[in-house]
Amino acid sequence: MAQALSDTELVARCRSGDQQAWAELVERFSRYVYAISVQAYRLSEADAEDVFQEVFTRAYQHLDGLRDDSALRPWLGQLTRRLCIDHLRASAREKPVAEEELEPLEAQETIALLDEALSVHDALAGVPEHCREILDRFFARDESYRTIGEALDLPAGTIASRISRCLARLRDLLEGRTEAVPPSSPR
Amino acid sequence: MSSYDEQRLARLIGALPPAPEAWVRAAQELPGARAGIDEIVTRAEADAAFRRRLIEDLEGALQAEGYERDPALVEELRVRFRSK
Repeated sequence: MAQALSDTELVARCRSGDQQAWAELVERFSRYVYAISVQAYRLSEADAEDVFQEVFTRAYQHLDGLRDDSALRPWLGQLTRRLCIDHLRASAREKPVAEEELEPLEAQETIALLDEALSVHDALAGVPEHCREILDRFFARDESYRTIGEALDLPAGTIASRISRCLARLRDLLEGRTEAVPPSSPR
Repeated sequence: MSSYDEQRLARLIGALPPAPEAWVRAAQELPGARAGIDEIVTRAEADAAFRRRLIEDLEGALQAEGYERDPALVEELRVRFRSK
């Protein structure tokens, strides 16, 4: 999850054929693309998988055409959105649905929330690794205290206080009260 | 600058659960898959008999030649060779 390269650097490396950079790009945006399709457009898992693969296939094919490398995130977001609507439109041909169902009003609100969530997710790269891991396991992976305790070799009774401390660190970072730790730093 | 309380942060972190691992892996392997497609297309352009076999029976030809019959690869080649 540590984010050593900027999006611009990542795009440049992908263009030069760096497969590791491509793997990092997919990893960095996989949650965002997935969340747009299942949360904003409520696609089924099968349709979401089609969209997910299509987004990254098109991104790979058209990365050279991206005019502003720093605009990778909105580009991928827009691509995902368009493909989700195409999927809904294709389904609508078989079973007609109202036009507003193709692009529900809540979708825009959800995408705005996901944009903010991705910024927070990026900021997690600036907190110590143990914080990243515990916050991700508890909130994003929905793991129980017991599972987290076993995985990280921590007493389950200490998990809640650690989560609280790590949230405070993340909040301080987001609000500019502390500096980010260097990538891959254990503390 | 935004202010974040714990509840809001928790909600935002929870809004991005991981995508299924297999999906991520498949997308990460795209460059390799593209290279495989390019190799087959290049070979088909240079070898008329191979191209004919691909058009007649795409999956059979790929299997006979020892290529992996990944669904995405087969679909892309199907489009390229118009062999539906």
